[in-house]
Amino acid sequence: MQTINILFLLFGLGLFGFYLGRGRSRAIANPLGGIRQLHSLPSYYGLHTALWCALPSLFILGFWLIFNEALINSIVMSSVPIDIAPIDTASYNLLLNKVTNIASGVMPRDGQGAGVVNAADSLSSLRVTSRWSMTLLLLVLAMAGLFWGWYKVSVDFRARPAVEKVMQNLLLGCACLAIFTTVGIVFSVLFESIQFFRTVPIYDFVFGLEWSPQTAIREDQVGSSGSFGAVPLFVGTLLVSAVAMFIAVPVGLMSAIYLAEYASKNVRTFAKPALEILAGIPTVVYGFFAALTVAPFLRDLGNSFGVSISSESALAAGGVMGIMIIPFISSLADDVITAVPQSMRDGSLAMGATQSETILKVVIPAALPGIVGGIMLAVSRAIGETMIVVMAAGMAANLTANPLDSVTTVTVQIVSLLTGDQEFDSPKTLAAFALGLMLFTVTLMLNIFALHIVKKYREQYE
Amino acid sequence: MSKATEHLSKIKHSLARRNRAEARFRWYGRIAIFIGLAAVAVLFGDIVNKGHGAFRTTYINLDVSYDQDLIGVNNLADSEQLAAGNWDALTKSALRTKFPNISGRSDKRRLNNLLSNGAGFDLKDRLLESPQLLGKTESVWMLADDDIDTYYKSWLAGEPYAARLSDKQVIWIGELHQQGLIKLQFNSNFFMRGDSREPEQAGILGAAIGSFLTLIVTLMLSFPIGVCAAIYLEEFAPKNRWTDFIEVNINNLAAVPSIIFGLLGLAIFINFFHVPRSVPLIGGLVLTLMTLPTIIITSRAAIKSVPPSIREAALGMGASRYQVVLHHVLPLALPGMLTGAIIGMAQALGETAPLLMIGMVAFIVDIPSGFSDPATVLPVQIFLWADSPERAFIEKTSAAIMVLLSFLIIMNTSAVWLRKRLERRW
Repeated sequence: MQTINILFLLFGLGLFGFYLGRGRSRAIANPLGGIRQLHSLPSYYGLHTALWCALPSLFILGFWLIFNEALINSIVMSSVPIDIAPIDTASYNLLLNKVTNIASGVMPRDGQGAGVVNAADSLSSLRVTSRWSMTLLLLVLAMAGLFWGWYKVSVDFRARPAVEKVMQNLLLGCACLAIFTTVGIVFSVLFESIQFFRTVPIYDFVFGLEWSPQTAIREDQVGSSGSFGAVPLFVGTLLVSAVAMFIAVPVGLMSAIYLAEYASKNVRTFAKPALEILAGIPTVVYGFFAALTVAPFLRDLGNSFGVSISSESALAAGGVMGIMIIPFISSLADDVITAVPQSMRDGSLAMGATQSETILKVVIPAALPGIVGGIMLAVSRAIGETMIVVMAAGMAANLTANPLDSVTTVTVQIVSLLTGDQEFDSPKTLAAFALGLMLFTVTLMLNIFALHIVKKYREQYE
Repeated sequence: MSKATEHLSKIKHSLARRNRAEARFRWYGRIAIFIGLAAVAVLFGDIVNKGHGAFRTTYINLDVSYDQDLIGVNNLADSEQLAAGNWDALTKSALRTKFPNISGRSDKRRLNNLLSNGAGFDLKDRLLESPQLLGKTESVWMLADDDIDTYYKSWLAGEPYAARLSDKQVIWIGELHQQGLIKLQFNSNFFMRGDSREPEQAGILGAAIGSFLTLIVTLMLSFPIGVCAAIYLEEFAPKNRWTDFIEVNINNLAAVPSIIFGLLGLAIFINFFHVPRSVPLIGGLVLTLMTLPTIIITSRAAIKSVPPSIREAALGMGASRYQVVLHHVLPLALPGMLTGAIIGMAQALGETAPLLMIGMVAFIVDIPSGFSDPATVLPVQIFLWADSPERAFIEKTSAAIMVLLSFLIIMNTSAVWLRKRLERRW
């Protein structure tokens, strides 16, 4: 039976269990003088029965879905005749693929060795057996749960606490998903990175000055030894981010100050959402804009002044990224500026300071921690931004600090190393995970620090 | 001069300077706002300017005779014949009848290049729709090639771009135009078809449906999970280190670069759990993890805005804590949560980078029909088209961006509307 059908069936049984439990609780209560004799409301007895019916089966089904394929594969592979038995992981995967394809009918059976065909047959039959025995087990389990829930219904049974206990665990599980995600991220980048650092020393990766991830496919290939020095990528990332911040910080900050301190109500209600539009535009749109409008414009502008600007310059990518970050900085700065107590402004104005002096000498210093935190969050965003640089920045890893040149960034390299089909264990693919580890570590530190500052600042004025 | 007047003049002097500084400062603010607004205007103007043309495309009117011998089909019910039929012969012969005095291989090829290479198949569909046409002649508007389309549009706009056309093709188009046999028409292909290597046949339907399926998976997973997590953290979580740790994790995940989620999807979902690549299911899983922090944070804010007096009243009436939450807090907080969900979905709809990692960047012609069919999504389609060398794809890309932006605008305005409409002030 299909998994989706099993799910529907379990759902149906659960629903049946609900009505069964509820009905029985009412039937028990009625002769005693109505449902007020019960410990819990009838629907809780129903829910209790339904949970007993569906939950254990769902757990088993989940485990089965995760481990079934791997188990069957290993059984099949261990039973293949010795003459075609695989010797290493690569040939293991090859043979497994072949067997799976024959079993599912993608590959023709004729012309294959008897061992392979036998393996394919045993794979198919094991799959069928496993699926049917699974379905049977689930049904038996669901029925047993149904009966147990039905049996437990009684006047004194505390159904509501039992159901609420299950709900509590469910809610806790959902909340813990955030932790699982973080752990998943750490594990996925860490394990592959450790594998990568076995072939490429970590020192060479972090301090190497040359990046050309092409590794030789054949032994005698020329010039593709592959060097994984990530410094040009770090410098490129910093350069693009610096250009972005150079635009976003003054513009974002000044517009936040103007909107919070000067603008009339009409201007504010119009300009604020209009600026926020920039935050809602997908990054791929910015990338298109940078690559097809801004970059050619800058190149032509440079030509007319006799300056050579690369058509994949860091300036174009960084400039557009800066525009993207403007609303991010302005809304964060707006929050912290409006949180500064009015009494501080009044004090300064009463001493005869002009409004700009008040802002520069009183409001901004008071809001500074929050603003710095916001800027750091924006930097972490700029570093991790992908689509704009993938579309508008180059692929060549130049080690330069000139924003008119073409540079490449960490995220561009991750994308270019991982799109398309690759062997999963080549250093080229693993390098992407090492870059991902760097990216994650740096942005995580920036975020934790920035969030800490912002939180502390908020507490100060609350 | 007395000391007092000296001071006064000093102050007056400095006052003028200070006032000038004040005015300057205000202007900085105005300029900053102007830069931001100008960026919005330029961005939208540029996209609309580049993309508005793609909603109409060039069609050429020719007399097509559905000659049985020419196509090699005499029975329309025979699927083998249909598959083997020489449908391009129809368009070729139609062009030859229109321009009879063409000779030479290269001229013939140029002539054939006037029409899209899918025009023959359109005729096949037309014939299947009305079989009585077999053996007859009718005049049909047929899809022109993308280079012809680009040229004709630029020529109509007064700045002809003929870089990819030969002189003869330009002359032919001129003749067709004089006879009224070439025109711009609403580009239904763009909305009704999947991706194609030929710009004039490429459409966004496949990507739009892929986006839709992916968003369904995302919504089905992230909304319930996010709401449950928010309820736990706001209503039940004890104040301890574990809860703090969960909170720190959620706040950090909200700021983790999206591409990292792609790496997670690749390493965990694809390589460990063997979820197939390029399908809406895995796209939805990755986007769920990505949008979850947004949904949790907004849902928590919505729960927080329900006043404690309501909880206390319910508890006072003897409700259990779960009954308080389910019967009172949740319904009151639901509008806020829905707003958060829509904003999270808008974020997911525009996301590209993590989907590149999990193989949703493949070239897929077919329109997906389920959660496990290979698919791509709108932003990735935009990325793919933006990378294509054909000039006609610039127009398509901008048009696809316009479609994507209109979806986002609809979602965001409905979120704002929902908040205004349903939000209750206590």
